[in-house]
Amino acid sequence: MDVVIGLEIHVQLLTRTKLFCSCRADYFAAPPNTLTCPVCLGLPGALPVLNKKAVELALRVALALGAEVQEVSQFDRKNYFYPDLPKGYQITQRAVPLARGGALTFRLAGQERTVRVRELHLEEDAGKLIHTERGTLIDFNRCGVPLVEIVTEPDLRSPQEAREFLRALRTLLRHLRVSTADMEKGELRCDANISVSVDGRPGTKTEIKNLNSFKAVERALQAAAEHQRALLSRGERVEQVTFGWDEGREELLLQRTKEEAHDYRYFPDPDLVPLVVDAMWLAQVQAAMPEPPWEREARWIRAFGLNPSEAEALLVDPVRADYFEEVARAVPNPKAAAGWVLAELGQYWTGDEPPLPAADLVALIRAVEEGRITRPQAKEILEKAVLERTSVPVLLSAAGGVVRDEEALRALAEEVLRENPQAVADYRAGRTQALGFLVGQALRKAQGRADPKRLAHVLQTLLSGG
Amino acid sequence: MTPLDLSEALRALEEKRLSLSAIVDELFRVISEREPTVRAFLTLADKEELKAQASAQKEKPLRGLPIAVKDNICTVEFPTTCASKLLERYRSPFEATAVARLKAAGMVVQGKTNLDEFAMGSSTENSAFGPTRNPWDPERVPGGSSGGSAAAVAAGEALAALGSDTGGSVRQPAALCGVVGLRPTYGLVSRYGLVAFASSLDTIGPLTRSVRDAALLLSVIAGHDPKDSTSLPVPPQDYTQGLRPSLAGLRLGLPVEYVPKELGPEVLALVERWCATIEELGGQVVRLSLPLTEYALPTYYLIASAEASANLARYDGVRYTLRVPAEGVGEMIAQSRALGFGREVKRRIALGTFALSAGYYDQYYGKAQRVRTLIAQEFAEAFQRVDLIFGPTSPTPAFRLGEKADPLSMYLSDLFTIPSALAGLPAISIPGGRVDGLPFGLQLIGPRLSEARLLSAALALEEALR
Ligand SMILES: [Zn+2]
Repeated sequence: MDVVIGLEIHVQLLTRTKLFCSCRADYFAAPPNTLTCPVCLGLPGALPVLNKKAVELALRVALALGAEVQEVSQFDRKNYFYPDLPKGYQITQRAVPLARGGALTFRLAGQERTVRVRELHLEEDAGKLIHTERGTLIDFNRCGVPLVEIVTEPDLRSPQEAREFLRALRTLLRHLRVSTADMEKGELRCDANISVSVDGRPGTKTEIKNLNSFKAVERALQAAAEHQRALLSRGERVEQVTFGWDEGREELLLQRTKEEAHDYRYFPDPDLVPLVVDAMWLAQVQAAMPEPPWEREARWIRAFGLNPSEAEALLVDPVRADYFEEVARAVPNPKAAAGWVLAELGQYWTGDEPPLPAADLVALIRAVEEGRITRPQAKEILEKAVLERTSVPVLLSAAGGVVRDEEALRALAEEVLRENPQAVADYRAGRTQALGFLVGQALRKAQGRADPKRLAHVLQTLLSGG
Repeated sequence: MTPLDLSEALRALEEKRLSLSAIVDELFRVISEREPTVRAFLTLADKEELKAQASAQKEKPLRGLPIAVKDNICTVEFPTTCASKLLERYRSPFEATAVARLKAAGMVVQGKTNLDEFAMGSSTENSAFGPTRNPWDPERVPGGSSGGSAAAVAAGEALAALGSDTGGSVRQPAALCGVVGLRPTYGLVSRYGLVAFASSLDTIGPLTRSVRDAALLLSVIAGHDPKDSTSLPVPPQDYTQGLRPSLAGLRLGLPVEYVPKELGPEVLALVERWCATIEELGGQVVRLSLPLTEYALPTYYLIASAEASANLARYDGVRYTLRVPAEGVGEMIAQSRALGFGREVKRRIALGTFALSAGYYDQYYGKAQRVRTLIAQEFAEAFQRVDLIFGPTSPTPAFRLGEKADPLSMYLSDLFTIPSALAGLPAISIPGGRVDGLPFGLQLIGPRLSEARLLSAALALEEALR
């Protein structure tokens, strides 16, 4: 019994304003009903005007996926009553979407997989219901926020694959600068349909709505697949139903049966003219396209000698990727830069923005590569620079150079031996681990400005009577 | 006193023969005399407040003259009810572009006029707030849906008014009340702030006492509006410049379908008189046929009702409309709409919903759109041979209240105004004489954006038929 999965993904576009009005689109954390106007509230007499920027962002996705952009597409009305839908219809693209076809290739357990895209279209978001003890309230801030909906062909063969596809898509969307695509914030939402085929015969599809995390996508699809397999193995039929997903209890919730399916009565929106994307406009969008992540990855492997897993980790977040690129270009060993960005800086990189200016990291890496400071020193400086918001060059000059002078090292070592007679005795009695303690004491005295290997050598020489 | 028209009032003000205050006083004197019978207004400004507003506009081109506005066009000073119980208390937070332009040119809004609920009707009997009566005979209807605007102008209660024409709602009441009604080319006047009935057909147009006034008002309200995506990219134009009574050399087509025998001998004789007048003025009457005319009515009712079914979905009891409290949101929406909408509105919502439903879409809505295209082509071909088309605006003069209880007979009164509306063409109704002692309208239809030619021809016929 094979699993066949297709996804419908809603992506919130990073436009400054909404799809059909000039209200700000960044509704997240805005006080309720502060980002509204007659147009997005659907007041009588108000009319929509298409935001060209939203079209351009959607076109970037279409071009990156290799989809065929329709020269003339149209907007349709999807009619249904719901309190968060102020016009009683949603403006979407149904009959002729913005683009058709295309595909996304990604890796699953080291294997390349390709999922075809059926279509890609623009639509407006609805508001949000807020259920309280006093009743249900409505926040219309999200009304009219631009979404691009990406519909895949049923090319996915497992819940894990669906999850990885979605991750790869998120990476792409972020690199194209079309969306922050944060699932927790609802910027990337996924509906899935799944069927189980028996002996190659296609099965009946069930739909799962509102999957709002990568985990939810995988777990809900696993649950749906198990549910269908159980039905089929008992000789029962799979019904064409729509489920929701209870993320806390990890349970499918039956939302509606086939009989309850809506008739949305789509028809062309007479308030909007056909959307014409001519060759010139498309060329302008193409010219302004950011580099897609797969091209970047290939270039980094080729030019910087990264391995694929390093590249992938750096590409998850385009801000990090850009940061790495900037650092890698300015240091003698770009591959080393990957380690610095991922590991050393990575632990401090919790927000959206880099915790340290790229130029500072460059200065730090250079100082290490040129032997002016040690790696432990560099890590200390990095910590200070990030936590105390001090510039790396200032810390570097304060740190001075590494204590290289043999005489100075020897003086330092002698001092340490004098101050720690017990450790000296231990060492001489054959407890060689006492050397580590002495090295540590010496490093503390040197405030980290000494190479521990050389210090150990000097201490050893002195202890063995040199 | 013979009621002034707008242009005469303007001249009288310029020449200081009349004061603004005297003009407002005279309008309100007529209102107090006629309004108890005619009931053209749903809301009326306070006289002294209006005078104060008007005098602040004195320096502008239209010098503070008042205008009446149909109550489906958004104004900020008055409620905008669409003559519907659902919007009885609705006040728009913004004003229609057409109103804003009139105000910018120096006009003040005198009040809001009655209409068939949401502009659905041809008699103004479908108003939730009671019918308007024809100033020529209070037993008769003023036509509709802009019946309030037409009656106010005809009675001398207003110098001019704005109406809206979806299938004839400016021209038919103008004809039945003996005034001038202009439907501009679709897209020439912004729909922003016109409460939508059927978006692909709705057009704001002036109702006036003279062709010159229609030209004057069109000059103010026409021109591209970025807030309306269907607004044509045409610059503002002064239609009074170059306005000359001129028919010489023009070929005027009379479609046989617009003069069926059923119109009766009196109407047919009047049409023959028009033909003679046209020839006397140097024009040429060309008899032609528009065979698709018979399909216009069903086409119109499918398209207009389909669009209306979506446009009126926003009146759901959730936000600004009347609300009937009920158990559950679905029931609340259903009951609010059941109580709030009148019979004709419900009939059209039901028809439109059906026409768009799955399985019927192509057979009804889809087919209607194809016929609409053919009708537009038929006009375009006719305009290869003639410069303008003419005929009666409406099959009959004003009928009695309650006379057309059967909706189909009511729909037939728009038989001659609907085809040009479907084609988006400009058309004007001017007083064409009397039938049964009542005003009878002559309609002139022109190619797209031929308003200048249309108005000059209308001016010539207006003078000749006076
Ligand atoms: Zn808005």
